Amino acid sequence: MTTLRINGRQVTVDDLDPSTPLLWVLRDRLGMTGTKFGCGMSLCGACTIHLNGTAVRSCVTPLAAAADKDVTTIEGLSEQGDHPVQKAWAECDVPQCGYCQPGQMMSAAALLARKKRPSDQDIDSAMRGNICRCGTYQRIRKAIHSAAEEMK
Amino acid sequence: MITPTIKNLSTQGSSRRVFMQGLLSASGLLLAARVPGMSALPLGDMSEGDFASALADFRPNVFLSIDNAGKVTIVAHRSEMGTGIRTSLPMVVAEELGADWESVRLEQALGDAKYGSQNTDGSRSIRRFYSVMRDAGASARAMLEQAAAARWGVEASECDCRDSKVLHPDSERAIGFGELVEEAGKLAVPASDSLRYRAAAERRYVGQETKIYDLEGILDGSAVFGMDVRIPGTKHAAVARCPVVGGKVKSVDSKAAMAIRGVEKVVQIPVYKGHYAFQPLGGVAVIANNTWTAIQAVNALKIEWDLGPNADYDSAAYGKALVAATHEPGQVFRDVGDIEPAFEAASKELSADYEAPHLAHAPMEPPCALALFKDGAVEAWAPTQNPQSTQEVLTQVLGLAADKVKVNVTLLGGGFGRKSKSDFVAEAALLSKELGAPVHVTWTREDDIRHDFYHTVTAVHMKAAMDEEGKPTALLTRASFPPINSTFDPSADAPSSFEIGMGLSDQPWAIPNIRVEGCKAAARTRIGWLRSVSHIPHAFAVNSFVDELAWAAKTDPYEFLMALLGEDRMLDLSGVEYSNHSEPMSRYPFDLKRLKAVTKIAAERSGWGRELPKGKGLGIACHRSFLSYQATVVEVDVSQRGVVRLPKVWSVIDCGLAVNPDRVRSQMEGAAAFGASLTLGGAVTMQNGAVQQSNFHDYPIARMDEAPREVDVHIVPSEDLPGGVGEVGVPPFAPAMCNAIYAATGKRVRKLPLSGQDLRWE
Ligand code: FES
Ligand code: FES
Repeated sequence: MTTLRINGRQVTVDDLDPSTPLLWVLRDRLGMTGTKFGCGMSLCGACTIHLNGTAVRSCVTPLAAAADKDVTTIEGLSEQGDHPVQKAWAECDVPQCGYCQPGQMMSAAALLARKKRPSDQDIDSAMRGNICRCGTYQRIRKAIHSAAEEMK
Repeated sequence: MITPTIKNLSTQGSSRRVFMQGLLSASGLLLAARVPGMSALPLGDMSEGDFASALADFRPNVFLSIDNAGKVTIVAHRSEMGTGIRTSLPMVVAEELGADWESVRLEQALGDAKYGSQNTDGSRSIRRFYSVMRDAGASARAMLEQAAAARWGVEASECDCRDSKVLHPDSERAIGFGELVEEAGKLAVPASDSLRYRAAAERRYVGQETKIYDLEGILDGSAVFGMDVRIPGTKHAAVARCPVVGGKVKSVDSKAAMAIRGVEKVVQIPVYKGHYAFQPLGGVAVIANNTWTAIQAVNALKIEWDLGPNADYDSAAYGKALVAATHEPGQVFRDVGDIEPAFEAASKELSADYEAPHLAHAPMEPPCALALFKDGAVEAWAPTQNPQSTQEVLTQVLGLAADKVKVNVTLLGGGFGRKSKSDFVAEAALLSKELGAPVHVTWTREDDIRHDFYHTVTAVHMKAAMDEEGKPTALLTRASFPPINSTFDPSADAPSSFEIGMGLSDQPWAIPNIRVEGCKAAARTRIGWLRSVSHIPHAFAVNSFVDELAWAAKTDPYEFLMALLGEDRMLDLSGVEYSNHSEPMSRYPFDLKRLKAVTKIAAERSGWGRELPKGKGLGIACHRSFLSYQATVVEVDVSQRGVVRLPKVWSVIDCGLAVNPDRVRSQMEGAAAFGASLTLGGAVTMQNGAVQQSNFHDYPIARMDEAPREVDVHIVPSEDLPGGVGEVGVPPFAPAMCNAIYAATGKRVRKLPLSGQDLRWE
């Protein structure tokens, strides 16, 4: 039995092996499908969530590692979809297919939480783990700068 | 009707638009469709309740309904995979109708021939449906205006529709659409040739940068992709497939797999019948109570495979054989003038061999689907580019009548041509039938990379004869690649005119003697189409060779290219079997003036000709594809260690009328990143018939610091017939980038991708 807090709510999972990656706990057990599967090997970032505020890849984070910790997913990034990152993403029309974007936004939000005014280089190193096959990188960069501006 | 439950633990979302609502409420229709070739329409699958409420709605055609509260619902019948088409085509309907776009509701169509083609590929959604959508909106507008005019006792021609109201400006009267629904519904649908369309100056949506309809749901995580769709009781499956295409299961030991907690069933999927087409490959599936467990259990299966006839496929040797094939004459596809005497008279000759590998589509969302087989019928929910062909595949694989197969289209997490092929949906359907419960199949990334319908592998041999000044007098082009049709017909072992017509037989050069040939190549794997198809290797070869000719002639590559494009004219392809992307040349000629214009603009915007230090360089390429015109300038920055960075790209497109310019721009940005991926590192290779790559570590996709840092997009303002957009930006990218590398380092790249090639300089 594992207890964790997901988006501020206490959740207990008792019927899954504690080695099950959080990604699948969220998606298949809890029905929270905003966190995406892209590679399963920590290579693409589609599954990025926050564990105690830090961006982690949920496809390689076992359920056990989240015990008694705070998990934030895209569904809980903001109450009304109005986190500065989400607003900047909308303003810059970032998404194409949209599939990678929850992971992109979670990585970006974690970056901005630790770095108020990220440089292009900061953005490169924080975001290079997130693949966008549609190629929205240019707008992601712009949106991160714009969200930083908004948050200052 | 099945109601899916998307459970989010967060409290948000209830007031948001949820894509699923539209997805599951597709209903029938009452009046005639305006789709060419379609006439009377059935009630479809409407329940009696639906039918009663639909009767009250105004449904002038299959794409549009207005209820008596004035709510306008537009049907999106093409698949949304990132191009913005789910927004762009409905925008056209709303424009002509005079609907208030902000309050329009979209409904995603089920797979159904009544909509006309739903096959979302070939960059054809706008060009094929722009006028259909205009008519759908304009005919409803005419009927609403007529109904209002009758009420007011005025002429319909004095009325106008705006913001979902009919207006009579002279008397300052207005009436909402909802109030006119009943009267408008009794009127005859007007003839197409009587319709009034919005003049360019009058447009409020078409031509305006418009946000995609699904934006909110994508940003808060509530958008439903194929990976996310669930119905109560859904079980999760993963599948082991033979490492070699054409192989099958010899024996399977599933004891260890069955012992894993959560595993419900191990099912053998039979190998396809006849030839591949879109049938499942076959294999062994595990169904479990979650996807992770299913994947773990698949890994625990002990399977002995009969590898079949392709077990000796070695793509490296095959690539060499392709090059060799292009050194012998092939089938002639275009023959202008007479190249032989021109080569004899030449003062110089130049020849080069270009190679491009198999590619995997690698959409961010791997193939996946949900299906429910119940009472002799199947319903599927899938990220498919083509719900009608999916329906056909399910019909064949399950032996059902078409009316027993229903296909819902979810959002697609990328498609690029992979999701036109519904083998993955058929797997879900077969498994649901076996289990008697809804089954969601997920392909892992490894499955995706190893069991794709691969972009063809290509060799192109180019040879030019030149006069004293280095001006080409004759050009021979020979290509060899396994054709797409080999996936459907095992005897198809040579390039087709439709593939050669993607950038080879339609080379636009002002050269008096041109011959284009295709050389045989029998496929050893499943060949499919991938974003831009044969335009990728062909534009690479052709534009690289032109650059080589320019340097050989000691002429600026841009000046040389423009000179080679020649006079403004319509390219004469008489006598050439040329598909022109299935459009008549009379409607969509090959207009050199437009190709030259985009090339000139790209050069100007990039500051072509400026001095750059060694290691930095500009490269240019232009190409017509999918009936649109594109030119790209790439700036590269190659470190002395040979690492290539892409500080800036200039991308210019003339696609005729641009319905949603922001989405044209985003497609050009994306095409540059797609082009960067395939130039830098993308290649699928096979040894002993098995794919050697498996995930993003060995099949890399350009990351943020590798993709172009900035893409400057220019869209040529135009009222011409719409051309394609989604694929058009890709073909010129690789040659422009490789030409830039040559300018920067003096190293000529003739084989894609760059990875493993030595680009160091001193
Ligand atoms: S799915 Fe976790 S990093 Fe790709
Ligand atoms: S928007 Fe499609 S993968 Fe990023």
